[in-house]
Order: sequence, then structure tokens, then C-alpha cells
Amino acid sequence: MAKMGILIDTTKCIGCGACEKACKMRNGLPLDLENNLSATAYTVVQERLPGTYVRRMCMHCQNPTCVSVCPVGAFTKTAAGPVTYDKNKCIGCRYCMYSCPFSVPKYQWDRVVPYIQKCYMCADRVAEGSEPACTAACPTGASIFGDRDQLIEEAQKRIKDNPHTYVDRLYGLEEVGGTSVLYLSNVPFEKLGEPFNINLPDKPLPVYTWAALEKVPTIVVVGGVVLTGIWWITSRRDEVKKYEIKHKEQKKLTGKGDKP
Amino acid sequence: MELPKVTFWRIVIAAITMLGVYYTVLRYTKGLGAVTNLSNKYPWGLWVGFDVVTGVGLAAGAFIIALTVYIFRIDEYKPILRPAILTGFLGYSLVAVGLLYDLGKWFDVWHPIVFWNPHSVMFEVAWCVMLYLTVLGLEFSTVVFERLKLHRLNHLIHILIIPLSILGVILSTLHQSSLGSLFLIVPTKLYALWYSPYLPLFFFISAVSVGLAMVTMESFLSMRFLGKGIELNLLNGLARVNVLVMAFYLTIKILDMAGRGVLGDIFSTRFESIMFDIETLVQVVIPFFLLLIPAVRTSAKGLFVTSLFVVIGFIMNRLDVAITGVEASSGTTYFPAFGEVMISVFLVTMGFLAFAYAAKYLNVFVHVEEKEEGPVEIIHDV
Repeated sequence: MAKMGILIDTTKCIGCGACEKACKMRNGLPLDLENNLSATAYTVVQERLPGTYVRRMCMHCQNPTCVSVCPVGAFTKTAAGPVTYDKNKCIGCRYCMYSCPFSVPKYQWDRVVPYIQKCYMCADRVAEGSEPACTAACPTGASIFGDRDQLIEEAQKRIKDNPHTYVDRLYGLEEVGGTSVLYLSNVPFEKLGEPFNINLPDKPLPVYTWAALEKVPTIVVVGGVVLTGIWWITSRRDEVKKYEIKHKEQKKLTGKGDKP
Repeated sequence: MELPKVTFWRIVIAAITMLGVYYTVLRYTKGLGAVTNLSNKYPWGLWVGFDVVTGVGLAAGAFIIALTVYIFRIDEYKPILRPAILTGFLGYSLVAVGLLYDLGKWFDVWHPIVFWNPHSVMFEVAWCVMLYLTVLGLEFSTVVFERLKLHRLNHLIHILIIPLSILGVILSTLHQSSLGSLFLIVPTKLYALWYSPYLPLFFFISAVSVGLAMVTMESFLSMRFLGKGIELNLLNGLARVNVLVMAFYLTIKILDMAGRGVLGDIFSTRFESIMFDIETLVQVVIPFFLLLIPAVRTSAKGLFVTSLFVVIGFIMNRLDVAITGVEASSGTTYFPAFGEVMISVFLVTMGFLAFAYAAKYLNVFVHVEEKEEGPVEIIHDV
């Protein structure tokens, strides 16, 4: 099973915005270009340093936070790689927005019935063996689509062949367990701003909550047994007390009167 | 039936209700953006932080008292049982209503019943809250059945009450702690003083503490405004338990911060650090030392003031974790819009009214004689 991905080489990006336009056309979004990811912009190209452009989009994590946090399982990490969203399941709790380490999911705040909006890597096209609209539109090869493993090989080859151009780091290889979207850069990633300046762990984030969630069955079983045990002891104690009082009264001894 | 007299509080309640209704209509006809200051960078605000995350904690008294009376069988606390369960039931109902405001697709609120995701903390919380609200409803139904003289139904609840209580305690333990687990997923977003792998434990213990404080406060207020309340010596007992709970809470908090090497941050002048310090002082340190003073511990007013500290500190803590703690990483600032605040105030007001009416028409405060004026400390033989 091929896990597809996208390699974004910031050194090759000229900031033309062809990917943005292609995306908006493909998804029927208003065509005016935007500065930030929004409910009407699934991808944007931002000039982070003079002449250095970064294209933002959903990272399509290997072990996605959104998939794990959604209470109704509206997100799916498909076998092919894209992380997709089912708007019919969604209840609008926005936990995905709150927890996404890359702050990708956006919301239709102005709608009475709002949905989450984000890049889905043109999952329908990918399923047909085609490539996403954005990579197809890229004129310089700054964004290329392919098998993630092969993209990693290609990226590492570029770093090896041009050690003076690239910094020796493939962003997305390890971050939060790896992402399907990978970045190459000629300046240290921290200087490129979000999300590269966030010190993300290599551990997938769902691992952090699972550490707590996996204890639930134990709490239920142990709690049930302990509480029932305590109740049994206290009720038995009360029964014994009642019996003793009754007994003492029969023997006409002055027992200390308990509560009625 | 005579018309109600116009009083200050009635005018306030009427004003709150009108604003509440106005913003409710606005929210459901124009969407979340029209009423809230929420944004793509700040998707969770007051309604999640206060109405849901804080609200569930404030209603924790119900499971603690149910545990004390039904499982530990400490009969002295029976007089507190009904008001605590009523508060719990109303509190959780308000949480459910609050969710209906906050959820973008509120009409799909039932989805977690059908679409499962056991890897989601939110899924677990949803189920626990649903089930526990049912448990509380059944636990409280006995008061209603009693009033309506439905003896058979009452008997049925009586048979079920022990398993129901056990279930209630387990569910509460799970979701009170899970509300803390909600934030385990944001290790890079939440400020280090609040982010801890022990968040679930902290949330659970502080919920126990605030549950005890809420029972004390509502008893005092009921005495004052309704002339119905609970014996002082019982509240004193709760306060003594709370001293231990708070000591434990503070100890593990400090140990955890020291273990993670962030203890020094409490002396930082960063906004978050200052908020953390204030919260900790109000929620734990001040009430802890107040309760060590015998004169405070043995007076109704002293216990009320102490509990008020705990409750306010608790609210601060939850808002800090859910809202303040993620502000720096969000790249923007958030302050609730007037409409958001009004909806929250409206819901709380409805809760108070419901409590007052229930206390008036149902046998909520048993074993306690009515007095003309409060606050009165009654010493009463049970």
C-alpha cells in the first residue's frame, strides 16, 4: 500500500500562487488570494523571509491528532495518505482546531450550520491514481506529489547533493510521528516561523492522551469492585449493629441507643 | 394568585433573561461568529471553558455526597444528599444546554451515541456526561415521585439506588479526570505551569475540593434566602475533609512542577505565571490556611467565605487551563464578547432559579426546620 505524500522544496518556490488558485478552482472557493489558511483557503503561500516562500497546507500526519481527538470520528487517515473529513458526522466541537499541532483546521464562523474546512489532499483524485490540484499546478516543481518513501529518498538525495544549499533536515520526517507533507529549506527551519518554530515532539500526540484513556477499563473494573466491597462491608456493619441493639434490648441491658 | 412584587433582584433577573433570550436568538439565527469572539486562532472560549469544563467540576458535590451516604453509609450526611444531587442534576443539565450553544452543529449532539471513537477523550466525556446525567435524574426522581405520591416508582428507585450510586461515582471519577485529559493533547500549546501529564489527577482532586465547597456554599445561601439549610457541624466535617484534599492537591502540584523543572516559573513576571499564582493562592493556599483557624472553621460565615475562595479559584484554574494557558501559542488574544458572557450569566441564573423553585416546592432540605430569617446556625439532633 503506497502512502502518498507531498514534498515542498522552499528553495524552488517562487511565490507565484498557482497552487492556491488551482486549489480554489478545484474546490469552488472564492478566487481572491488570502494571507492565511482559512475556511476558504486550504493552502496559502507566505513570504516568510525576503524571497523565501513557505506553502502552508494540512500536513496529513501519519498518526493525526484530529483523527484521534474527534469524538465522532469525522476524520479519517486514508490508506493512501490523505486525512479526510466527513462533514455529516461532525458535531462542531472544534476540538480538532484546538489540538492540531499545526493549527490547520478552520471553521465557517459566519454560517448557521458551520463545517470544518481543510486540505484533504484531493483524496478523490489521489484515489483515482491522479495527483492533487496544487502539485499539478506548480510550475517549478517546488511541490511534488508521490510515494512518501520515495519522496524521502529524493529529499535526502537533494540534501546530500547540495549540502551548501539545504539545511540538513527534512521537516515532517519525524515530527509528531511523521507527516505526509515534507519540507526542505535552505535556512534553518526555526527562522521560517510557524509551524517550524514550534518544538514538536517526535512522539505522535495521540500517544499522550491514550496514556490516560487506556486506564479507563481498569478504573471501571477496580472502581466497581472496590465500591461494591465497601458498600458490602458498611451495610453488613449496620446489620450487625441493628442485631446487637435488638439483642441488648431483649436482655434488658442499657445499650447506647443508636440513631432511629 | 397575586402578582409578584417588583424587587431589585427580580429586575436584575428579568434583564438577564431578556438579554439571554436576545443573544440566544442571535446565536441560532446568525451563527457562532455573530455572538462570540471566537476565531480560527481561538476556537475555544468562555462556553467551553466555563459552561462545560468548569460547570462539570462545580457539580461534583453530588457524587461525593452520594458516595458518603450510600456507599460509606455515613448517615449524618443524609441531609446534604438531596441538595447536592439537585445541584448536580441542574449543573449537568446546564452543561448540556451550554454545549447546545457551543456546538456548531448542535442538532447533531447525539452523534457520539452512534459514531464511536474510543481514542477520543471527548468521546469518553460525552458518554460519561450523558450516562451520569441520567443517573442524577434517577437519583433525584425519588424526590419528585415522593411529592407526586408515586410510591411504586419511588420503591423502584430505592432498589436501584446502590448500583446507581456506584455507577455515578465511577462515571464521575472518569469524566472529572478526563476533562483534564482533554488538554494532554496540547503539550506545545499549553503553558508549562499548567501542562502536566498529571492533569487528569489534578482535575479530579480539584473537582472533589470544589464539590465540597459548593455544597457548603449552597447550603449557606439556601439558609439565607430560603430559610432552609444544613447543620453547621456537617459543613464543618466537609471543611475538614477539604483541608486534607487541598493539602494533597498542593503537594502533588508542587512535586509535579519540581519534577518537570518548571517550579521556578512561578516567580516569573509573565502574565501566565501571575495568573497561575493568583489561581493557586485563591483556590488552595488561602482557603487552606483559613480553615486552619478554629474560629473560621466553626462559623457558617467563615465556611462560606472559605468555600467562596475555593470556588472562585477553581473557576480561575479551569479558565486558565482552557483559555489563558493557550493564548501565547495562539498568536492572538481572546476576551469573551458581551453576548458570550450574557449567555453564560443567563444559564447560571436559570440554574439558580430552578434550584430555588425546586427547594420551594419539593422536599429538598429534609430534617431541617424552617426559620423566619437567616443566616442561622442550627444545631439540630438528627
